[in-house]
Amino acid sequence: MYLTKEEEKMLEGEKGEVLEKMFRLIVRLGDIYDADKMIPVGSVQVAGVSYKSIGDPGTVFLEDMASKDTKVQVLTYLNPAGMDLENWDKLGFPKDFAKNQLRIMSAFKKMGIVVTSTCTPYLAGNLPRFREHIAWSESSAVSFSNSVIGARTNREGGPSALAAAICGRTPNYGLHLWEKRQPTIKVNVDADLDFNSDFGALGYLVGKQVKNKIPYFVGIKNAGTDQLKALGAAMAASGAVALYHAEGLTPEADLIEKDGLETIDVGKKELEETYEKLNTGADPDIVILGCPHASIREIAYLSEKLKDKKLKKPVWICTSRMMKETADRMGFTEIIEKAGGNIVADTCMVVSPIESMGYKTTGVNSGKAANYLPSFCKQKVVFANIDKLVEGQL
Amino acid sequence: MKGRMISPGKTEGTAIVSDEPIGFYGGIDSKTGIVIDKGHPLEGKCVKDKILVFPCGKGSTVGSYVIYGLKKNGVAPRGIINEETETIVATGVILAGIPCVDKIDIKQIKDGDTILLDADNASVTLQ
Repeated sequence: MYLTKEEEKMLEGEKGEVLEKMFRLIVRLGDIYDADKMIPVGSVQVAGVSYKSIGDPGTVFLEDMASKDTKVQVLTYLNPAGMDLENWDKLGFPKDFAKNQLRIMSAFKKMGIVVTSTCTPYLAGNLPRFREHIAWSESSAVSFSNSVIGARTNREGGPSALAAAICGRTPNYGLHLWEKRQPTIKVNVDADLDFNSDFGALGYLVGKQVKNKIPYFVGIKNAGTDQLKALGAAMAASGAVALYHAEGLTPEADLIEKDGLETIDVGKKELEETYEKLNTGADPDIVILGCPHASIREIAYLSEKLKDKKLKKPVWICTSRMMKETADRMGFTEIIEKAGGNIVADTCMVVSPIESMGYKTTGVNSGKAANYLPSFCKQKVVFANIDKLVEGQL
Repeated sequence: MKGRMISPGKTEGTAIVSDEPIGFYGGIDSKTGIVIDKGHPLEGKCVKDKILVFPCGKGSTVGSYVIYGLKKNGVAPRGIINEETETIVATGVILAGIPCVDKIDIKQIKDGDTILLDADNASVTLQ
């Protein structure tokens, strides 16, 4: 791989031990994947933030790096933490867990990383442009930025994204290259998609079938950013889809090569079967919305549903701190809390320790959450649309 | 067998083989090294000190930290052999310093085989 003079200095340790180690990691990755050179990145999003995910080894790794005065070179955001960083005590997150989570956050902050924890950085102030090279790691954020925005990123591991932030660079391979962004399978959709959960079910089904291919969707009549975020998140969880195209909806769909693709069909029947498959429980102890993190539109919708109502069982909606503050200002938080629900910021159900908070069955409208909750959080899952889920808790 | 070096080093051990991909986050307990992925062919087995053989990684990008954690907790496999190593596993093995080679026809390797893994020379030898 071609390295500039400055990059060679980094590799030889002239710019410090941490920079050398981190640069060595991405040079190695670049060599493995046949990158021709390093490219500057516009922004980074780092996964591996929850104490539940990275444990003591990850915590010590980050603290060690922060103690050596390491600083990131570009705008860097974080994936969700394992708890609400402000209201953790009130929401019942365990104290020991909180102590370790706060250690992790302060290590990140020391490195100059913006300590807002969200899987939707694009809704919270880290918005790449079309064709911008970035190094993001959370799988749904990777899918959204590649597919809906048309920015370019590989699916980075937590440490390789951190290395990109510290070095300001990433190796030029994979989805950074136009020829690697071409679709490899066509998906014909013949079904009405009304709720975000319908997009989640579609994504779950397609991800299972196509694994790490690049799907080109035809027949999705209309979808906004909330729906496309649900679709991409589910496909990245049940498969390893980092990029999809959708006719008439995503920016690269008109530019790609679409001839001669293998085709799969998805109709109403397949979606109904997916709903059945994802339902492993009944009568949820708690309903958790906001996977990926809710937009202000989704919070407003829940607030409308809960206006002047009383919940018998808890409903949470997870979101970024920025959206939470907007919800506070709009009075949505007050309405939701008055009904007995909660807006939970900075975290999500998948990375928080809900299994140790007494919950056994969780209701979700997210294909991604339905995919992960059984193994990560030992939950039975009720997968349904938001209307059904919320009405069931009243 | 000749492959591609992902992470350097030389080691020897007993093979534990999965014909299905492994997702490390939520798939292997970093404290014990035991496979916890429900329904996975290796469920309940321990990867400690083994040569772990599987086609490719899958799932969450946090998997790299799990591999690093396995090493720090002393329950890591001695080496990893893949058909195709993707970035999550590659990052994990490089950080943890676990020898790893890919582009190997893993169907040639059986559970319990003694394997010499010489990642420096990208070679895998059945003893």
